[in-house]
Amino acid sequence: MSLAFVDGGFAEPVFGSQHAFRALMDAFARPGSIADLSGLAVPPVPMSPAAGAFLLALADQDTPVFFETHMPDAQAWVGFHTGATVTRDAPSARFAHLSDAGDAAAWNRFARGTAEYPDRSASLLLPVAGLRGGQSLILKGPGIETTREIAPQGLPRGFADVMAANRAGFPLGFDLVLVAGGEALALPRTTRIEEV
Amino acid sequence: MTLPTYNFAYLDEQTKRMIRRAILKGIAIPGYQVPFASREMPMPYGWGTGGVQVTAAILGPDDVLKVIDQGADDTTNAVSIRAFFAKTANVATTTKTADATIIQTRHRIPEERLQAHQTLVFQVPIPEPLRFLEPRETETRVMHGLEEYGLVHVKLYEDIAQHGHIATTYAYPVKVEDRYVMDPSPIPKFDNPKLGRSPALQLFGAGREKRIYALPPFTEVASLDFEDHPFTVQRFSRPCALCNATGVYMDEVVTDDRGGRMFVCSDTDHCETRQADGHRGPGLPQLGPHAASDRESAR
Repeated sequence: MSLAFVDGGFAEPVFGSQHAFRALMDAFARPGSIADLSGLAVPPVPMSPAAGAFLLALADQDTPVFFETHMPDAQAWVGFHTGATVTRDAPSARFAHLSDAGDAAAWNRFARGTAEYPDRSASLLLPVAGLRGGQSLILKGPGIETTREIAPQGLPRGFADVMAANRAGFPLGFDLVLVAGGEALALPRTTRIEEV
Repeated sequence: MTLPTYNFAYLDEQTKRMIRRAILKGIAIPGYQVPFASREMPMPYGWGTGGVQVTAAILGPDDVLKVIDQGADDTTNAVSIRAFFAKTANVATTTKTADATIIQTRHRIPEERLQAHQTLVFQVPIPEPLRFLEPRETETRVMHGLEEYGLVHVKLYEDIAQHGHIATTYAYPVKVEDRYVMDPSPIPKFDNPKLGRSPALQLFGAGREKRIYALPPFTEVASLDFEDHPFTVQRFSRPCALCNATGVYMDEVVTDDRGGRMFVCSDTDHCETRQADGHRGPGLPQLGPHAASDRESAR
């Protein structure tokens, strides 16, 4: 039996969580800005340190986590460190770790909340090849003074259409966090994304 | 052997995670009230337990905390909450708006424009702007879901019918990003224009009512009004008696039992900073050749 899931948690859980959360709060409050989550968590491959820090900071026994691709070591690691259950039922997941080679059209199976409780919705972690150097996208919306340009690499098929539909469904919707290495970039449901 | 008696910033980690998740949802849905499992705090409801829980969940060891109560750093509520976090989190505290990274506030927004690295945490008594019009939570939830805000406009219209103008002066309802009507907490409507397009993140915590909501930076916030009765803020005819400031929100201070009164800045840090910069208001002894003898005779 592999014990890879025991190592790699926050060195100091209280301050590691706080540090990761503040970086993520800033990322959600300023969509498109890049949050540095490096050096906090070391999850088993293929999970990125940023996705690991996100889940350690926010997941627990109240938040089922869905994995779009099977990654047994990382799943065991999340379970060991957070107490969160791994669910195979996408609609009941509060957090979902997406595939880096999936189809964005499949994201509509996750919880989008209800008219009375739009907060009962999922946050999706999307691993991408990089947060810089890809095709330019222009962001607008709350948290952005005028516009902000991002250029992530390796976005899945149908990304722009799915995100436009997600924005159109506001206040319902999912919130997306792109993760690459130790960095994260949040695209909450309020953000309008235009291709250049 | 000594055992720690409580966690950093008082709240346990699971509570902080739950509050942190609510904060992220609040930021993602500006103006929407996210329910959260508010805890009992070592202070009574009504003393800012919602704001305290939000502050405890975001606070880190490198933060510098400022707490104000109606603009003042030196009133009971502000002093108590500042001391609470100085003790439970050992964080640096300040009264200077510019030096703070987190500002917890009861019912004011500082006069000095906030910056991007700052977070403003509001204490909220009644987060539901429709509550006094519709007491049932199940109904107000549906009204927000359907964007059915006619009642709020009727309330403002009734003000005009009775008083000739909109008589609501604090907790003046706003509409966020043209979607959710939100209670800005009982800040004077004077502060409403500072809510919108602020560079700082604004978080709202209601402890007794168990709700958290948020305004991300640069969010569009409009105070509700009518075309023929546009929203206006309070104006003060006199400058601050201590620092001579104009265009700020004032407190009326009764100075004796013969009708004497003066108007001074509600924001004590703003007032003290201006006085330190040499601004002197009409309520202070005027400096001049006779200043020393004025002070003598005042004794």
